[in-house]
Amino acid sequence: MSNFSVGFRDSDHAQILDLKGELDAHTASELEAALQKCQDDERFRIIVNGENLQYISSAGLGVFMAYIEEVREQGGDIKIAALQPNVFIVLDLLGFPMLFDIHETEEEALQKFERDQTADA
Amino acid sequence: MPKSVHRLSIPSSTRYLVEVRRFVENHARQAHLRDDAIEQFKIAVDEACTNVIKHAYMGDDRQQIDLAIIVDDDRFTVRIRDEGRAFHPRMYSEPNIFKYAETRRAGGFGVHIMRRLMDEVEYQTRGKVNEVRLTKFRNGRSDGVGAPPPL
Repeated sequence: MSNFSVGFRDSDHAQILDLKGELDAHTASELEAALQKCQDDERFRIIVNGENLQYISSAGLGVFMAYIEEVREQGGDIKIAALQPNVFIVLDLLGFPMLFDIHETEEEALQKFERDQTADA
Repeated sequence: MPKSVHRLSIPSSTRYLVEVRRFVENHARQAHLRDDAIEQFKIAVDEACTNVIKHAYMGDDRQQIDLAIIVDDDRFTVRIRDEGRAFHPRMYSEPNIFKYAETRRAGGFGVHIMRRLMDEVEYQTRGKVNEVRLTKFRNGRSDGVGAPPPL
């Protein structure tokens, strides 16, 4: 049984992905499938909620790298929210805060999408 | 002589990475490493094993990876051995995440993470055996291992 799962939640302004468990080279394909599903469904405003993500290795981070440009080219974004400190440290080591929009809470990330949408309108 | 040595061998498959992290966590805790140092070892060893699985053995899960944790008074070391394709650290260059994103490149961060989190990362190839040793020193520059346990 996998020790990682991705839950899908809808909001008016974004598709929310709830990550749970440990994201490593074995489980990264599940995150990849979830981001691919967002693309297939043409949901390009994505919030990754890491509140229940206990662990991440570079294989998991690589999945975000593989999708971010594509999503942005479609006018969307992958915003990352509510990370545990031990997970954030790994993102920080690789300079992710320079490339990704990272928020302390999901609400904050949602508000950012709302503001972006208003600005675009 | 090290104070203690603990060994684990796994097939070269990502499905055993969880087991590797538990093994490292248990022995690091027994050796009284600080919580942040334990987390750092878990990820560094995970990255080293992932590199062996993907690059040294190129996904062949009939191959084997041998781990040893070597606990000493002044250091904590995890040694990872394989008999696959050797890694040449001189050929390695630091990752640039902006370029990686542009080219949709998903890998190549593992060595960077190991170097940033450990006090020492040593590669060695003897005959057909490749070895990487990940070390933190007690009271070393990362100050992550903590004081040695009372005898």
